[in-house]
Amino acid sequence: MSKFLQSRLGTWSGFAAAALVLFGLAPLVLSGFRLGLFAQFICYAIVAVGIGLAWGRGGMLTLGQGVFFGMGAYLMAMHLKMADAEFRGGPGSVPDFMELAGIRELPAYWAPFASPVFTVAAILILPTAVAVLLGLAVFKRRVKGAYFAILSQALAGAFAILLIGQQSLGGFNGLSYFRYFFGFTINDPVNQRMLYFITAAALLGVVAVALQLRRSRYGELLVAVRDAEERVRFLGYDAANVKVVAYAVAALFASIAGALFVPVVGIISPASVGIVPSIMFILGVAIGGRATLVGPVVGALAVAWAQTALSEQFPSAWTYAQGLLFVLVIALLPGGIASIPALAKRLKKTRTASTPAEATA
Amino acid sequence: MNDIALTCTDVQVAFDGFKAVDGVDLTLRRGEVHFLIGPNGAGKTTLVDAVTGLTPYTGSVVKDGTELRGKKVHHIARAGVGRTFQTAAVFDNLTVAQNLDIAAGAARGPWTLLRRRKHLPESVVDTMKRIGLAEHADRAAGTLAHGQKQWLEIGMLLVGDADVLLLDEPIAGMGHEERETTGALLRDIAGERAVAVVEHDMDFMRANASRVTVLHAGSVLAAGGVDEVSADPRVQEVYLGAERGKETADAAAA
Repeated sequence: MSKFLQSRLGTWSGFAAAALVLFGLAPLVLSGFRLGLFAQFICYAIVAVGIGLAWGRGGMLTLGQGVFFGMGAYLMAMHLKMADAEFRGGPGSVPDFMELAGIRELPAYWAPFASPVFTVAAILILPTAVAVLLGLAVFKRRVKGAYFAILSQALAGAFAILLIGQQSLGGFNGLSYFRYFFGFTINDPVNQRMLYFITAAALLGVVAVALQLRRSRYGELLVAVRDAEERVRFLGYDAANVKVVAYAVAALFASIAGALFVPVVGIISPASVGIVPSIMFILGVAIGGRATLVGPVVGALAVAWAQTALSEQFPSAWTYAQGLLFVLVIALLPGGIASIPALAKRLKKTRTASTPAEATA
Repeated sequence: MNDIALTCTDVQVAFDGFKAVDGVDLTLRRGEVHFLIGPNGAGKTTLVDAVTGLTPYTGSVVKDGTELRGKKVHHIARAGVGRTFQTAAVFDNLTVAQNLDIAAGAARGPWTLLRRRKHLPESVVDTMKRIGLAEHADRAAGTLAHGQKQWLEIGMLLVGDADVLLLDEPIAGMGHEERETTGALLRDIAGERAVAVVEHDMDFMRANASRVTVLHAGSVLAAGGVDEVSADPRVQEVYLGAERGKETADAAAA
């Protein structure tokens, strides 16, 4: 079975099955509202794929992916607000929330976001570049383990606080009420479905990229750095560069997810990019199985779904259920849900092999 | 063959004022298995750490005309100086073939790295045979026996084209047969390379050394051929002194 999954045929059939569920089954059985929720969950899953690469394969506990998610989201939101303002009052108009806050002049850094091309380029380049610079500064100094985790979490906290202070970015309330997405009315059910399809396609895209990275020589090198960084260095590699690549790719994925989150959900605020959402991203990956390709996706979808379902029924219970789930997985199933098949196989093997095999050990 | 590969001149390493290595001169030649011996705390491993860029030092280490002091760990490794560790450092979750493939690829460009490995490089296949792990190519390195891990680590230096090999206690914990095999491997690979071995085992040293340097309290106590060094009264004193100290300790314990 695992041989099959590793073969080329297995890969294609895996992608075909996923595409069938995402593009065929889900739009068929889910109502418009539920499909929108599912699109939101998929955004979390895209972040999770990046974390799976950086944390699961690279050993970097990225507790602050909210920063890159937030960058992508705010960059996209700025463009949508600009497009709305332009539609209402012509070029150079001030977005509605700024008028309410008493800002009459468009801040200079907003102006380029009138251009959709500039915005998309910024979403792809800016968070990636920030991650490269940050990664070089951190990994060249050999900051790792818990220190790296605390640093990235602090960064997420600082980022959220910074945003709250920016009136020209909506402050505490963030940016919301988007009407148009690249010329299409967001409220139109047909366009909402299109947004869902774009998000689903993006998920398949990032999974394909992550798969190629895992199977490449780089993927093997990344695991080597995770397991014995010093040894890699003594073989003549600059281990910091190896880590920076995975960290930057994870940042890019988070940014793409954030950019899609904005039109799908219709609001982005500091509450969606700070420490708590960053931990939520990690939680899904840990529960799904961080070292596998599909584990983080399954985990992120499952956690987001459970949160919605549980908080619909018992609004206050979710926080406890979330904590309990995390403790159970870390204590009993450190490999996550994805490790269950391998675990079951090993259990079966030890049962059938019974005692005589011990002699060879 | 008397080709000098690496020269250490007046190497000093100090930790908080304590001189762990105190002015060591050492010359490693290609074609030789050069043993570094000495009691615990003599500064053998610290010297290896200094040469490979892990520990700052004063003095000079020159390989084939290039000064290594102040260079980064991975630059020193690229210059052809490879080392192993007391507890074998291999990538437990990767196979033997993957371990060696990574070791062979420090010079690979990004394009090669981002693609899948189509087939193993010839050097990897040859080295797997040389270190006796050819039939274990697809086994995870973590499941290898202790001795096999040590051989794998030496093999990783070979495919990485290191021509100065610094091996830190390569036979620690090995059985008799594994020691013999390791000794033969060391003499074999020293043909075109300089091999330095940090070791405690005197029998292993006598059987395989081309040259010996004895370190004591951070300084070179004696250097030369095996017989010459064994006959040196100061060396005997250091080792017999250590033996005597051990006996008294045993007597006190009993």
